[in-house]
Amino acid sequence: MSEKAKVAFYWCASCGGCEEAVVDLAEKILEVSAAVEIVLWPVALDFKRKDIEAIPDGGIVATFLNGAIRSTEQEEMAHLLRRKSKVMVALGSCSQLGGIPGLANLWDRSAILEAVYKGSPSTVNPEGTTPQTAYKDNGRTPTLPMLYNTVRTLDQVVDVDYYIPGCAPAAKLVLDAVETLLSGNLPPKGTVLAPDRALCDECPRRDTRPDKLELAEFKRPHQIIADPEKCLLAQGLLCLGPATRGGCGGLCTKGNMPCTGCYGPTSRVRDYGGKALTALASIIEAKDDTDIEKVLAGIPDPVGTFYRYSLPASLLKRKTLEA
Amino acid sequence: MPENYEPKIVAFFCNWCTYLAADLAGTSRMKYAANTRVIRVMCSGRVDPQFVLEAFAKGADGVLIGGCHPGDCHYQEGNYKALRRYYLLKRTLREMGIEEERFRLEWISAAEGDRVRTVVNDMVQKLRALGPRKMNPAIEPELEEVAAS
Repeated sequence: MSEKAKVAFYWCASCGGCEEAVVDLAEKILEVSAAVEIVLWPVALDFKRKDIEAIPDGGIVATFLNGAIRSTEQEEMAHLLRRKSKVMVALGSCSQLGGIPGLANLWDRSAILEAVYKGSPSTVNPEGTTPQTAYKDNGRTPTLPMLYNTVRTLDQVVDVDYYIPGCAPAAKLVLDAVETLLSGNLPPKGTVLAPDRALCDECPRRDTRPDKLELAEFKRPHQIIADPEKCLLAQGLLCLGPATRGGCGGLCTKGNMPCTGCYGPTSRVRDYGGKALTALASIIEAKDDTDIEKVLAGIPDPVGTFYRYSLPASLLKRKTLEA
Repeated sequence: MPENYEPKIVAFFCNWCTYLAADLAGTSRMKYAANTRVIRVMCSGRVDPQFVLEAFAKGADGVLIGGCHPGDCHYQEGNYKALRRYYLLKRTLREMGIEEERFRLEWISAAEGDRVRTVVNDMVQKLRALGPRKMNPAIEPELEEVAAS
């Protein structure tokens, strides 16, 4: 019997939602596991780092790595898995673009530790303990990974072959990707394994979008009861569909919620936030300075809105730190 | 601040108004600060925020966009689009730690050569006062350094 193809799943700075996307394969996962041998999957199976180290370089057919890179351990694991794998797939927004954890690039390490371990109202920490990378205790020195100042995308750390976008990716995209990789008929390196069209193209509300959109104000989802069929942008909701890659089938817009942009840009766009900002600003109706500013007040947090999933992958990458 | 600090300004001037104004300033032999690198675009509305972000990412100290006065756009609406993007982008840049004075939009018609001079001189003066841009440190703290803190 010939050996089955080895596949690894790993997670770095992420929430576990991408693991759900793999579990969402449901019965299909049995077909996948019949075709491959899973050699690492911390969320579900008990393999250790030394098991991976024992595999010869290039011995894994594909690693699906979700999560951004923001600690020494994550960086080490990314390098190790890259060395052992023929194909490295960035799975999900965090790995591809930085994702929600990437918004930490608006602060730095010390500000984050301060807020989490001392500042937050629900924290009781009278001794002001914060994580240490090493601690001496009775002759032993246990260690912890170090948190970096800056969150990075996977491809800012190691060479990446393919990307599967989404927060979390649709199960169908994961399945298609696994099938593509096993078929041996590989797309060009760097391909994002999702359609290269804007979400509007597959949105069920597409036909209700007016030819010329002109907005007098931006509304937030809790402020209106949205019409379940009409284009959400036309209703004044800040929907990022025009700037975002499709592939999810309009999960949010079908649920009466605007797109927040988790599938990231299409292949023609370098900086997702810059392009999303352009799309939204252009359809404001107002023409003079004061009126424009009044409409824009409806977007209280531009970075959190337009770079929600992609700050580390943006041109500026992070907020400028004070010297 | 390093001695002889000269701010670098990337200027996007529209083909129909501000670029001609800069040309007029030149043919009228007006002198103004030599800190701008002018890029001619067909319309201020052609300035994609990605251009501005890239200029800042590559180390520009300031970005100046020049277009036709409201109502005078050669393409009717382009400068209004530029104006809306400008306000949103400016707030985005502020959130990213880039000072407000570093990004500017001005309406300068083809006849206003002297206004090119005033605007550029004024911007250079303000950027000199701000000093060089703080760039993002790529350096992460060393393990020992963190352990000691």
